[in-house]
Formats: sequence, C-alpha cells, structure tokens
Amino acid sequence: MLDIGLGHYLTVGAILFVLGIFGIFLNRKNIIVILMSVELILLSVNLNLVAFSSQLGDLTGQIFAMFILTVAAAEAAIGLAVLVIYFRNTGSIEVEDVSTLKG
Amino acid sequence: MRSPGWRGCETMNWTLALPETVLSVAGLGLLLAGVIPKRDTTFPITMGTLGALLVAAVLVLGAPDGQAFHGQFVSDAFARFAKLLILLGAATGLLLALDWNEKQGIARFEFPILVLFSTVGMMAMVSASDLITLYMGLELLSLSLYVIAAFDRDNARSAEAGLKYFVLGALASGLYLYGASLTYGFAGTTNFSAIATAVSGEGGVSLGVLVGMTFVVAALAFKISAVPFHMWTPDVYEGAPTPVTAFFASAPKVAAVALLVRVLADPFAELAEQWQGVIWLASLGSMLLGSLAAIRQSNIKRLMAYSSIGHVGYALMGLAVATDVGLRGVMLYMAIYIIMNAGVFAVLVAMRRQGRSLERIEDLAGLGRTDPAMALAMAIFMFSMAGIPPLAGFFSKLYVFLAAVQEGYWVLATVGVLTSVVGAYYYLRIIKIMYFDTAEAALDRRSSAVSFVLAGAGLFNVLFFLFPAPLVAAAAAAVAALAG
Repeated sequence: MLDIGLGHYLTVGAILFVLGIFGIFLNRKNIIVILMSVELILLSVNLNLVAFSSQLGDLTGQIFAMFILTVAAAEAAIGLAVLVIYFRNTGSIEVEDVSTLKG
Repeated sequence: MRSPGWRGCETMNWTLALPETVLSVAGLGLLLAGVIPKRDTTFPITMGTLGALLVAAVLVLGAPDGQAFHGQFVSDAFARFAKLLILLGAATGLLLALDWNEKQGIARFEFPILVLFSTVGMMAMVSASDLITLYMGLELLSLSLYVIAAFDRDNARSAEAGLKYFVLGALASGLYLYGASLTYGFAGTTNFSAIATAVSGEGGVSLGVLVGMTFVVAALAFKISAVPFHMWTPDVYEGAPTPVTAFFASAPKVAAVALLVRVLADPFAELAEQWQGVIWLASLGSMLLGSLAAIRQSNIKRLMAYSSIGHVGYALMGLAVATDVGLRGVMLYMAIYIIMNAGVFAVLVAMRRQGRSLERIEDLAGLGRTDPAMALAMAIFMFSMAGIPPLAGFFSKLYVFLAAVQEGYWVLATVGVLTSVVGAYYYLRIIKIMYFDTAEAALDRRSSAVSFVLAGAGLFNVLFFLFPAPLVAAAAAAVAALAG
C-alpha cells in the first residue's frame, strides 16, 4: 500500500500550478480559458495550504484557504464583468484580438 | 513560535485600525447615499469621499504604535508615512477625475467609491504584518483597480486595458499565493515576525522558504511594474482613462513599493544576500528599459508608463543597497515621485481641445504661448523628473545615488546617472515641443481642480530644496521603525 504523504500533495499542487501558468501563456484561443487557468492556480494554492496545515497541525493554513476561496469568487465575478464589457465593444473574446494597444 | 503580539495582548486592539475602519464604513455609507437619490450624485459623493480621506489622514497622523488583531496588523511610523502618501495620491486622483469624467461622459458616483475602497486596500497592505492580511489588502486594491481601468466602458481601449490588467494582476496574485503557501509550509507560520525568527534559526534556511520568497518578490515586482514584470504597464496606462492612469501611477505604486520594502526588510531580512541580487537586477533592468523604450513613444500616457518604470528602477536602487540610508532613499523617492507625477498628470488631464481628450505629445505644441502658466508648470515637472537641480526630483535621485555610492554599488550608480541623461532627452523634448514648435489652437479652459493640483505640485517641486528636512526626517523615522 502506498502511503500518501505531504510530498504527494505538494506535487499535485505544483502540477496544477504549472498547468495554470501554461494555460495563461500558451493559450491562443479564448479568454474564458484564461479565467479557468486563474482558478486552477488558486485551487493549487489551496491544496498546498491545506496539506501544510494538516502536516503542521496548525489551523492558519485552512483559514488562509477559506479567505482565498472567498476572494477567488469575487475575482471571477469581476473578471467575467470586464470580459462582458470587452465583448460588447469588440464582439470577440479571442486572445489574438486583444492587441489594439501596442507601441 | 507566536509573535509578541499574539502572546502580549488579550484585546483585539482594533482602534489601531481606526483609519481603515472609518474609510470602510464611509465607503459603505457613500454607496448607499449614491444609490438612493434619483438625480446624479457624482459631485456630492466625490466631495464626501475626499472628506473621508481627509478624516482618515488626520486619524493616521494621530495613530499610536502597536500591533492589532493578534499580530495581523501593525501600526508604526513606516505604515503612517506610506498611508499619508497613499491618501494624498488618492485625493489627487479624485480631484483630477472630477472634471475629466464629466466631460468624457463617464461621471458615475461609483468611481470615487472604488478609489476609496482601493485606498482601504492599500492602507491594509502597508500595515500588514501577516501574509493573510497582506493578501486581503492586495486583493481589495487589485479588484477595485481592475474595475476602474475599464471604467470608460463604451471605449474599446479602456475595456482592453481592464482585461489585460485583470489577467496579469490575477497571475501576480497567483504567484504571490503560491509563494505564501510555500513560506507558510516551510516556516510554519504566516506571521512576519515569526517568519523572521524561523528564518534566522539554527540550521540555515530551507529551500522551500527561499522559493516561496522568490515567488512573493516576483508577484510584488508585478505590482510595482519592475522589469521583467513590466509588460502590462504601457498598455494599461495608455488604455485606461487619463485620471485613472494618474491614480495608477501614484498611490498603488507607493503602496506596493512600501509593501515590498516591509516584506524584504522584516520577515526576510535575514535572507538579504539572496534577495539583494534579484532587486539589483530588477533595478538595473527597470532603469535601462524605462529610459530607452520611452524615447520612441508618441503617446504621452505611454511615455509616462515607461517613465514610471524607470522611476521604480531608481527607487529599487535604494532597496538593493538595503541599508537604512538606502531604504530612506526609497521612501523619499516615492514621496517626491508621487507629487511630481500628480503635476504631470494634471497637465495630461487638461489636454482637451473642443471637448475631445488628446494624448499625443505633439498636441502640446505651442502651449508656451497659449497657456504660459501651465507650460511653466509642465516645464518644472519635466526638469524635476529629469533630475535637474534644484528641483525636488534631483534630491530624490541624490539620496538613492548617495546610498548606492556609500556601499560601493558602482554599477547601479553609474547606470543610474547614465539613464538619467538618456531620460533627460525625452523630458526636454516635451519642453521643446511646448515652447518652440508651431502653436496649435489653444486647449480648452482647465478646471480649477487641475489648476490647484498644478500649483501645489509646482510649488512643492520648486521650494523643496529650501525645506527638505521635515520630509527627510519623516522618511528616516519611517525606516527606523521598520528596522527596530
């Protein structure tokens, strides 16, 4: 039987985090995917915090995770609101189209 | 393992956070007062917000030292210094926005309230003594800023600025959180003083804390737009409405720099050898990019974006030195920068001809004849930004260069002087355009708020060399509180 320890949780967290970062930078299609990647990053952090909290026997990490969940909800709401405004102006949410501002 | 605040105080000590509390409650009240009446309430709500900021400033001045909320929140000279600058920046931003938003047809009462909430966030940030408080402050600031970047919602460029700012800001928050989670896991706490104890303990620093610190520094570098995390700055500054850009370039920048100083000088002070190199590189890169990339800009807001990247580079020079003199230089730099910046943006806000807002540098042509007073003020700010004595901008650079030279950071100091010379080129080009190019038609009459900001910032820049002592002493006291 394989023992699941802190290292495993951290590895999963790191993989999710890297997936999130790559989702933002390599994504060439849709801005919604970027919002999903941001959520992925936040959840990977939550996983980390809860794993550490359990390992250390200290509640701070779980409290931190609750705060992050709350803020993530607000962040998603604002992100979608900005996206709606953008769509109304340009009629598109393709990542490639977001390039009017350049110098 | 707990901080002194945790053991020492039985009470919450919440009165230390009175300025933030008053501002938050005022924000909620103003939101209500803005919605209920049927008519347009932008002007009274803006005035109410300015009043709340003033009350908060008075409360900040009278705030005692101490820790509150079980070591989550600290009130010291450093926090007070930064908070006063933040309040000043927010108030100037509101003053400049009042008239501009109306002419642009985007006068809505939510604007001052969003600025007010972002100010609460910034004040919580600079008072944070725990990774959780820091995060909450940072997010309250960022979420408000995403919205006001896209405030001109029928304008595609403003919407795009908001979108870009949101994506990169959310990425920075993610980086910060990942770093914070690693720091928490490997140091065993989120409290700043407890992290400092854990880091300075026997057996050296764990790799986990080092990686965590690197992520946190990278995230904060995003917020202050230091190289190599600057790429969002020019786009967002160009696309956002002008008074919003004025606000972005002042208060949030001061707050983020103050935060970076606190995080590096308090919990991670023992790791100075590790982070000094990173800050050194960021400072060098920002100075070079800020001065070189600005040369070929034709949009003045974009130019100011690169100029702000350069100025952050100079301020970081003091942080790279990491002595008390260097940190004093950083705080002094930000104080003077925020006032110079307010002046320049007052001119940018006044750039409007026949009701249309202008952004090209050439639009300033002939300002020396059509509006000599404003041209003179702009010339003062440009000379000051270029660092020409005896204007205030010279002294801000002098203090960080002095610190760098004292500690033998010759490369930074030399590059700093050279990039100042390059920077002087594009600042002086604006003066040349104002005074020697063929005059265009006169700009629209500037509002009294703009004239007020111009006069205040202009007088400060000219007269600073006569009375530098109070500000220098305040910055020194702020830094001393940090070290002690």
